[in-house]
Amino acid sequence: MATLLEQVEPDAGLQPAIVGRNPWALAGRRLRRNRIALAALGLFLLIVLMSVLAPVYAHQIAHENPFAPNLNGTTIVNGKVVPVMQQGTGGLHLGETPIGPTLDPHHYALGADDLGRDVAALLLYGGRSSLQIGIASAVICCVVATIVALIAGFFGGVVDAVLSRIMDIIWAFPVYLLAISIATELLTHSNGIPVGPFRVGAASLWVPTFIIAFIYVPYVYRPIRGQVLSVVNKEFVEAAIAQGASNLRLMFSEILPNVVSTVIVLLPLMIATNILTESALSFLGIGVQPPNVSWGTIISDGEDLLYTRPWVSLAPGIMIVLTVLALNVLGDGVRDALDPRAKLRVEG
Amino acid sequence: MLTFIVRRVLWTVLVMFVITVITFIIFFKTPGVDPARAIAGRNSNPQVLAEIRAQFGLNRPLFVQYALMMKSLFISRNLVSYSNQGLLVVPEIGAAAPATLSLVFGAAVLWVILAIAMGLAAALLRGTVLDPLLMIIALIGFSTPPFWAGTVANLISQSSLHNTFLFSWVPPLGYTSFAQSPTLWFKGLVIPWITLSFLYIGFYARVLRANLLEIQNEDFVRTARAKGLRERRVLLRHVLRNSMITFVSLFGLDFGALVAGGALLTEVVFGIHGIGFLTYQAFTNLDLPTIMATVVFGAFFIVLANAVVDVAYAWLDPRVRPT
Repeated sequence: MATLLEQVEPDAGLQPAIVGRNPWALAGRRLRRNRIALAALGLFLLIVLMSVLAPVYAHQIAHENPFAPNLNGTTIVNGKVVPVMQQGTGGLHLGETPIGPTLDPHHYALGADDLGRDVAALLLYGGRSSLQIGIASAVICCVVATIVALIAGFFGGVVDAVLSRIMDIIWAFPVYLLAISIATELLTHSNGIPVGPFRVGAASLWVPTFIIAFIYVPYVYRPIRGQVLSVVNKEFVEAAIAQGASNLRLMFSEILPNVVSTVIVLLPLMIATNILTESALSFLGIGVQPPNVSWGTIISDGEDLLYTRPWVSLAPGIMIVLTVLALNVLGDGVRDALDPRAKLRVEG
Repeated sequence: MLTFIVRRVLWTVLVMFVITVITFIIFFKTPGVDPARAIAGRNSNPQVLAEIRAQFGLNRPLFVQYALMMKSLFISRNLVSYSNQGLLVVPEIGAAAPATLSLVFGAAVLWVILAIAMGLAAALLRGTVLDPLLMIIALIGFSTPPFWAGTVANLISQSSLHNTFLFSWVPPLGYTSFAQSPTLWFKGLVIPWITLSFLYIGFYARVLRANLLEIQNEDFVRTARAKGLRERRVLLRHVLRNSMITFVSLFGLDFGALVAGGALLTEVVFGIHGIGFLTYQAFTNLDLPTIMATVVFGAFFIVLANAVVDVAYAWLDPRVRPT
C-alpha cells in the first residue's frame, strides 16, 4: 500500500510548495484548533475519569459505602458531629435537606438520601453505569449499523431492499416504546437470558446496553448506507475489482475507509443520545436494575424525595446535562473537522 | 402520482401489520405470562381458567388469536383489557387522546415560534457574541433528559416557591379536561408545555440557523436581491421559506412521534394520563390488548405525520411538486 502511494505522489520538482497531508491529519489539526470542542473533550474525559475513580472516592475520601444503608450513622457538618438522618431546617427554600450538600468531600458532599447513603459517591458509581452503557451501546450500534449498511449498499438490489425495509420497520416503532417492550420482555427472565452458550443475568448492564444499541441501528444505518451508495460505483472500487479483489476486501478495505468518517461523526452524538435513553429507561424502572445504580435510577429514587432532598435528583441530572452537552459540542467539532462542506459553510 | 400513493398506502399497511405481529409474538414469548390467569384473577380454579381460555379463544393457535384480537380491535371494537376487567380498550384510548393532544399541540406552538425566533436571531446576529450564546442555550435544551426537566420544573413550581406570587397559580399535578374547566386546563398545562418545548426549541433553532446560512448563499437569493426586493421580503419569502423545509419535515416526524406516545416521559412526570402513560402502563402490566391498541394508534399517527410532511414539503418547495 505504501509503495503504491509513493508512486502516485506528485513529482516533487514540479510542485515544490505542496506537501501532501493525509485527510485524517488535516481533520485532527482542525479539531485541535477548535478550542470549544477541545474544552468539551476535556470535560467529558474528566467526567469519565471521575466515574472510573468512584471506588477510590468512596473508600479513600468519603469513607462511605454508597450501597449500604446508613440510617444510624453520624457525620461531621461544620465541625459538629450530627446524625446522618438529622431533620433539616428548611433554610434552602428548595425543600428541606436533612444532611444537605455540605460541599465537604469527606462528609457527604452532596448530602444523604433517604437511606443515609452518600449521594456524591452514588453519583460517581451511577456515572460508571451510565457512561459504560452509553459508550458500549453507541459502539455496538455503530459497528452493527456500519456492517449492515456496507452489505446493503455493496450488494444492492434485493439484499439492499430487504435490509432497508427491515430497518424501516424497526424505525417505525416509537423509539421508547420499542425499548420498553423489549425491556419488559427481557426483565421477566429472572434466571438469566440465554445468549448462545452464555447466560446474561437480567440485572446485568448488558441488557440495557443491547436494547439501546438495537433501537438506534436504523438511525445510524441510513446515513452510512447513503455514504456507501455514493462511493460504491467510484473508479477506485472498479480498479480494485479489476485487480481481482474479493467482496470482503472491497467492502472493508476499499469502501469502509471512505465511510468511516461519517461513523466517527455519529459516534459522540450517539453516545450522547444513548446516555439520555439509558437515563429515561432507568427512570421508568426498566433500564439499569438494582444493585447497580445509574444516573437515571438515582433521579428516579430522588423523585419521591424531591421536596425533602432535592439534590438526590438534581445532582445526577446536572451530570447528565454536562456529559451530553460536552458530547454534543465535541460531536459538532468533529463534524466540522471531518466534513469539508461544514468548513465551506463557515467560510461562506 | 397515483401509483406512488397506492404503493405508499400498501407499505404503510404492511408496516403496521408487521409491527402488530412482532408485538404479539414478543408478548407470547414472554415467560410467566398467562392471559387467562390475568383475566380470571390470581386464585382461580382450573375450571374457570379453561372456560376463560375458551371464551377468549386463548386455546386456539396463535394466528387465530391474532386474527380474533385484530377483529375485535378494528371491526367489533369491543376489545377488553386483560388487566382491568370490563374495560374497553378503544374508548380508553379515546379518553386518553385529548390529554396528549393538548400537551403536544401547546408545546408545538411554543417550540415552533420560539425556535424560528431563535434561529433567525442567531443567523442574523452572526459574528456577534449572541450567536454562539444562543446556540449554547439551544444545545443545553436538547442535552437535558426530558423527565429531569419536568422534575426540576416540579421542584420549582410545586415546592416552597409555590407559596410565592410567582407560582401560586400552578395547580397540583394532573390533567383537567378542557370541558371540565378551561382555566384549570390551561393553568395545569403551562408548565408541561414549557418543559416539553424546551427540549425541542434548541434543536429546531440550530437546524434552522444552519439552513438559513446555507440558503443565504443560493443563487435565487442573489437574484431576489438583484431585482430590488426589500430585504425583509427577501428574508421572509425567499430565505426563511426555503430554510423551513428541513424544519417542517422534522417537525412532522417529531409531532407524530410525540402524539404516538413519545411524550410518555413528560406525561409520567406531570401525572398527565395520556397515550404515552397508557402505553407504558400497558407494557408494565403486560396487558396485551391495550399494548396492541396503543401501538396501532401510535403507528397510525406516525404514518399520518409522514403524509402531512410530504404535502407540506410540496407546498414549501416548488421543485418537489408533482406535475
